Amino acid sequence: MSTDTSQQQDLYATPGETSQGRVFTVTGQDWDSIAQSIGESAEERVVVNMGPQHPSTHGVLRLILELEGETVTEARCGIGYLHTGIEKNMEYRSWVQGVTFCTRMDYLSPFYNEATYCLGVERLLDIEDDIPEKAQVMRVLLMELNRISSHLVAIATGGMEIGALTVMTIGFRERELVLDLFELITGLRMNHAFIRPGGVAQDLPPGALDEIRDFIALMKKRLPEYAALCNANPIFKGRLEGIGHLDLAGCLALGITGPVLRSTGYAWDLRKTQPYCGYEDYDFEVQTWDTCDSYGRFRIRLNEMSESLKIVEQCADRLAGLEGAPVMVGDRKIAWPSQLAIGSDGMGNSLDHIRHIMGESMEALIHHFKLVTEGFRVPAGQAYVPIESPRGELGAHVVSDGGTRPFRAHFRDPSFTNLQATSVMSEGGMVADVIVAIASIDPVMGGVDR
Amino acid sequence: MSGEERNDRASGNADAEKVDEKAAGEASDTSDDKADANESARPSEERNLGAAKSRTGTGGAVEQPAVDQSPVNVPAPTGEVRAVGVRHGMFGTSGTGDTSGYGGLVSAKVFPAPAQRPYGGWFDEVADALEARLHATGLTTAIESVVVHRGEITFHVRRDDLPFVAQMLRDDEALRFEFCSGVSGVHYPEDTGRELHAVYHLTSMTHNRRIRVEVTAPDSDPHVPSLVSVYPTLDWHERETYDMFGLVFDGHPALTRVLMPDDWPGHPQRKDYPLGGIPVEYKGGSIPPPDQRRSYN
Repeated sequence: MSTDTSQQQDLYATPGETSQGRVFTVTGQDWDSIAQSIGESAEERVVVNMGPQHPSTHGVLRLILELEGETVTEARCGIGYLHTGIEKNMEYRSWVQGVTFCTRMDYLSPFYNEATYCLGVERLLDIEDDIPEKAQVMRVLLMELNRISSHLVAIATGGMEIGALTVMTIGFRERELVLDLFELITGLRMNHAFIRPGGVAQDLPPGALDEIRDFIALMKKRLPEYAALCNANPIFKGRLEGIGHLDLAGCLALGITGPVLRSTGYAWDLRKTQPYCGYEDYDFEVQTWDTCDSYGRFRIRLNEMSESLKIVEQCADRLAGLEGAPVMVGDRKIAWPSQLAIGSDGMGNSLDHIRHIMGESMEALIHHFKLVTEGFRVPAGQAYVPIESPRGELGAHVVSDGGTRPFRAHFRDPSFTNLQATSVMSEGGMVADVIVAIASIDPVMGGVDR
Repeated sequence: MSGEERNDRASGNADAEKVDEKAAGEASDTSDDKADANESARPSEERNLGAAKSRTGTGGAVEQPAVDQSPVNVPAPTGEVRAVGVRHGMFGTSGTGDTSGYGGLVSAKVFPAPAQRPYGGWFDEVADALEARLHATGLTTAIESVVVHRGEITFHVRRDDLPFVAQMLRDDEALRFEFCSGVSGVHYPEDTGRELHAVYHLTSMTHNRRIRVEVTAPDSDPHVPSLVSVYPTLDWHERETYDMFGLVFDGHPALTRVLMPDDWPGHPQRKDYPLGGIPVEYKGGSIPPPDQRRSYN
């Protein structure tokens, strides 16, 4: 530690922990003294720790960059700062409670975490064909709305990191509209735990379809604004074109999926290739670009939002004809026993149901008690049902030993896998381009570290 | 009782006995063999299985039929049944008195049995292509068993042959599993001799197929060959599995922890690693941490 350049002592890195070179602790507002002392030593090769607390690293991601001048010669990631042990925790909760945990992993696409987990559990329960149509349509509706909100954040933060603050402000403005819809439908803006094994937690509230239609109409006007603002913007293109190059062979070797894979021109989208939740019934196009760079990924995300809007519109039309249809599997040994309702103390089991179990039926009370405390048993075995999340292939490897709790739930998160491309995308480029390359991967650290 | 029903019951009981014998045999093995390094790690309830069995077996009561005898729940008639431990009682309660009367019930945790040919659909094409290549190279024992369950196929591969099998799965024209979704560790503490499982999910984008490859390693020798040279994407995945399960992937370029801090003791997602937590007080009541609450598993 160089005591001469920095007044602040770094509590977590004592002088004994580095074996070579001088260490400068940069805390901001001290550039003059840092530059002065670096100039004295005249070293060209510098190792820079960027993050984990850095506004341009997309969350608590630590980048270890080896620089020669402005050129990055080596880039490594340090992850794990957001590890919360969700997978381990799920082993101590019932199958239904697991949804509440996994929704918090990739916090920008909570419905996808819930969906892939529930699809796995449903496959183990062998009730895949028994899920009501309305539940499937609602899942698709929520997932596609979620894709829009997630892509909006990807574009917004990506824009902010290169200084395009308008993209950030309008991106978050539109995302707020999606979150309002989520709040209306599920009661929560994030961490919904709404998709449950066997269906979804709750029917659509009154007026939701009108709100969704208003949103579609508004977004049809707003989405072209992004295209007008960015697509041909020379500064925007100058920062993004040719940056973060990764071709098809590189993507497959590194297991990269999602917009990064599709930016190589390969139309691999699990919604088309291995449909789930009835995606084969919807009319939409898989978006590709052929430049293998950050600009292509931006354009893919922009186009995918329009495609998602098309799917949302089809969902709304189908839901209009499904009023009053069940949203949970008919098997009373699996389905949550009651509908939810708003009471004087907030959302809870509906009062009709409470009256039924407390006053009318002993069997219903026993049934409720067993399902809520013990939960249902899932036959032993393992399942893996991947889905196309906004970032690529998201899958839950669900293992059951025949008990009422997951024996193991492992999430193959696309952010975790895609982040491995950081080195190959940014080495040999400029420091500023590292930011653009990582923004084009769009990692969400909650999903990376789980 | 019709003849068909009686047959069902007979086969169900026979299978249950087979499982019990196997589990009991293992239990007596470990109690005999004090030198076994795993003995201390084995849960006490399994060692007590013999006692539990005699309790239930010598009651002199009328023999009870199995709870559920629907054809789905009867293990496959052929092939070895894979039991990875036993469950006591009906509600999984422990620590508190079980007043249900089912406390003495011992049931095996049975995983889907290996499948017999034909597997159905394209499963046979993949298995044929794989076996043809294995025969050509003389590695006929590489595939230990094949499990088909819920429309997914799992190849259990001998761990020494894993790199070779993976290479063939990726490169053979009829197989072409170009894409690996990653590796997921599973710890079965009661699956003696094969406690640690590494599960790979492979996708063939060419043929639009998905398979699962599973290898096992004992706790006493937690080594599995690394597949980073075949699927570079496994770099971080193998590091994560090492981090969480202590499974050492031989040949990995830099097998270090990836999620936990570098100096972390232990491997958190193993079953013998406690969840941790502290009791939470709420309105005068104290709620124990999740792994110490009463549970029903």
